Amino acid sequence: MKTLEEILKFCEDVSFDLNFTHAKKWKEEKEGRVIVGYMPIYFPREIIHAAGGMAVGIFGGGDRKQIIKGDAYYQSYICHIPRSIMELVLDKHTAHFDGYIFPSICDVIRNLSGIFKQQNIGKFVKYMDFPQNFLPQIGGVFYQQEMEHVLKYIKEINGVEVTTERLNHSIELYNKNRKMIDFIYKIRQDFPWRLSIVDVYHIVRAGTVITVEEHNDILEQVCEHIKKDIGTPQDKVKVIISGAFCEQPSVGLIKAVEEAGCYVVDDDYMLGSRMILGDIDSKTNNPLEAISNSYIKQSQFSSSIYDVHDPKEFRLAKIVKDRGADGVIFASASFCDPSLLDAPIFQNAFNKLGIRYIAFQFSENINQYKVIKEQVGAFSDSIKLWEDEPVVAIS
Amino acid sequence: MAQEAQKERSMILQKEMIEGLFNDLGKAKETGKKVCYTFVPGNLSELIRTFDMLPVYPEINALQSAMRKKSASYIKEAERHAHSEDVCTYVKCDVGMMMKGNIGPTGEKIPEPDILLLSYTGCFTFLKWFETLKREYPNAKVIMVHTPYQENAKITPEMTQYMVKQFKEEVIPQMEAVTGIKYDEEKLKRILALSKEAEDWITKIFDTTKHKPSPIDAYFAGVYYIGPINIGFRGTQEAVDYYKELYKEIMERVRLGLGPITPEGEMKEEKYRLVVEGPPNWTSFREFWKIFYDMGAVIVASSYTKVGGVYDMGWRHDPSRPLESLSEYCMNCYTNLNIPQRIDLLSKCITDYKADGYVTNSIKSCNSFSAGQLGMMREIEDRLEVPVGFIESDLVDPRYFSYSNIKNRLESYFQMLEQRRIIHESETV
Ligand code: SF4
Ligand code: SF4
Repeated sequence: MKTLEEILKFCEDVSFDLNFTHAKKWKEEKEGRVIVGYMPIYFPREIIHAAGGMAVGIFGGGDRKQIIKGDAYYQSYICHIPRSIMELVLDKHTAHFDGYIFPSICDVIRNLSGIFKQQNIGKFVKYMDFPQNFLPQIGGVFYQQEMEHVLKYIKEINGVEVTTERLNHSIELYNKNRKMIDFIYKIRQDFPWRLSIVDVYHIVRAGTVITVEEHNDILEQVCEHIKKDIGTPQDKVKVIISGAFCEQPSVGLIKAVEEAGCYVVDDDYMLGSRMILGDIDSKTNNPLEAISNSYIKQSQFSSSIYDVHDPKEFRLAKIVKDRGADGVIFASASFCDPSLLDAPIFQNAFNKLGIRYIAFQFSENINQYKVIKEQVGAFSDSIKLWEDEPVVAIS
Repeated sequence: MAQEAQKERSMILQKEMIEGLFNDLGKAKETGKKVCYTFVPGNLSELIRTFDMLPVYPEINALQSAMRKKSASYIKEAERHAHSEDVCTYVKCDVGMMMKGNIGPTGEKIPEPDILLLSYTGCFTFLKWFETLKREYPNAKVIMVHTPYQENAKITPEMTQYMVKQFKEEVIPQMEAVTGIKYDEEKLKRILALSKEAEDWITKIFDTTKHKPSPIDAYFAGVYYIGPINIGFRGTQEAVDYYKELYKEIMERVRLGLGPITPEGEMKEEKYRLVVEGPPNWTSFREFWKIFYDMGAVIVASSYTKVGGVYDMGWRHDPSRPLESLSEYCMNCYTNLNIPQRIDLLSKCITDYKADGYVTNSIKSCNSFSAGQLGMMREIEDRLEVPVGFIESDLVDPRYFSYSNIKNRLESYFQMLEQRRIIHESETV
């Protein structure tokens, strides 16, 4: 078993290798392997795995890529991530990728898929329309057709016919993956000092750029390490981060929140890797249906899923309660429609529910966050000052 | 306005139709008619009409509020309640209007919705918008219609089936439950036949810009022309009559060799023919139009007039396939086309209508249009070697309309067009 430091170093390195070298090496090792890049938030990676491919998350260039060409594609009042994705692609960082998936999350990502098509980037470009109808016989069937469409593209490249066995096997691997990530969050809920939020971030993000087998191996080791009583508790309040599910804040900002006095006990940074709650049935004759049902019935709430049947504000309030959090920090990427349009819904509800919160905006390339740090510090102080007051008043 | 004294008959017809709708809305409680809020792109007017409901279009209310200079205060009100400065201003204008009593453009209170029909076509903000309204109107029934995006530049049978199933198993039963009216497919078919007729006429109307001078402005005046077909009158005899009348008036202008009517009077000389991409600014609509008028620029086609349906490629509602046809309609609206399709469509307009240039009005708070516009512009410039212009404004937030900026940019653009023309003419000589 590797030391925790070694594991964390590896995870940090692969997560921010903007050349995706690890995936590239993996591809070169064997004929017929394909790499499919996917944009946030969620994509059922199981199907790519079953088709002999690797799904690789593209989360923009963060504060590590200077934008020159990307700005020519996007006006200043559009979020930052599409321009940094363009920059990565035009600078050939993803030259070894075979195809690209754009999950239906917002108009920016949707239209970016069109720009990719227009420019003939990759062997295929697929905008993946996740259903907003949640009946298995309607939205579920449509979703299965969307997945079949992706598989058809991959088959055209590597000739792999996906079988039920292969899919069920892939589902099992990802079930295990999610379970271990869950375990890490559960441990942190009670002992947040054992791993910092940045460490968790690196660990989970690494899973989007390496194989699931390798990632499971890493997670197993991390779980073993954090079962032990490591680290030193500090006097910090517990918070949930919400709203940063697509464009990612820089690592410095993720770190700053904890440095300013808040243990982050849950977040939606890498929402896609944790989107499905619980296991997907891996024993059926129709695994695509099982994946589809899991999305329809077992998804975490998200700004891109229509929520009238299960309002998101109460789901977030429940997470606050379950995690024993003292408050919520709404962190939205600047100009991020889904996140910003949800903000009043959350905040109006939280005012009534008595859940404390603050909100700020960030951009992936900004690494000056003195003001945010002060804001978070003041938030943490105010919670400590009023700690006898009931924090969450939900029934 | 100069021509207000001598309104064309079509204008009177349109005014009567809209006033009638708002009157009916005012009396909805008394008459027991159910009220259905919905959006322009992918609007299911025919279905709403089949169930005798009255439509309300929050986007239209927002733009009307802007034209009446009320949007700034509504937006401020919404921003006071945690709405971000950076999101679609239609939403904030609507929410602010609701917070201030929901008094509509005619001064009457707009009734609360019985149904929020989320025929969610080409824009994610719609989804967020009705999630927000649902919290304000907990008794309203939200009916979601997921319109698949034309990601691969086509409508597949699977996409149509998905929509038809939604209509059959979700939309129609829920409409029946709310209205207490049984679905009558024959009635829907009759309505669709009239829709088709109106679509034929409006296509002919927008095609008149082939003439030189163009008898109409297909953007600034175009937004009025699309009113009836987009805000609930598609599928009525009134709409057919309106478009017939409008066509007749326009053809008379063609016969007389006249240019478009504008608020400043008739356009005397057509100097430049343009195609415009993006919605207009509503807060300074007249000043905006005047900049083009002063330069002698006529808009011969615009993408904005296609948000409520793209008819110029031959697609029509088809009474013999009612639900399939409604599905295709939703999928075929402009913002539901992928970027290469949008480029092809606009390129066709530039070629067919012999445009001298292509201008993008980039709306700050509308990602559905704006994200990707720069790439489109570049491609169109490369493909057609047509001069492209770029300006920025907003729909209904007056803070983002900078008259001098827009004017300066357009002036430089028109200078460029002029130089091109001189060069072109000297080459021809
Ligand atoms: S940051 Fe927000 S607006 Fe930008 S692409 Fe992501 S979800 Fe869309
Ligand atoms: S974002 Fe654009 S298309 Fe969507 S509601 Fe706002 S103005 Fe309309």
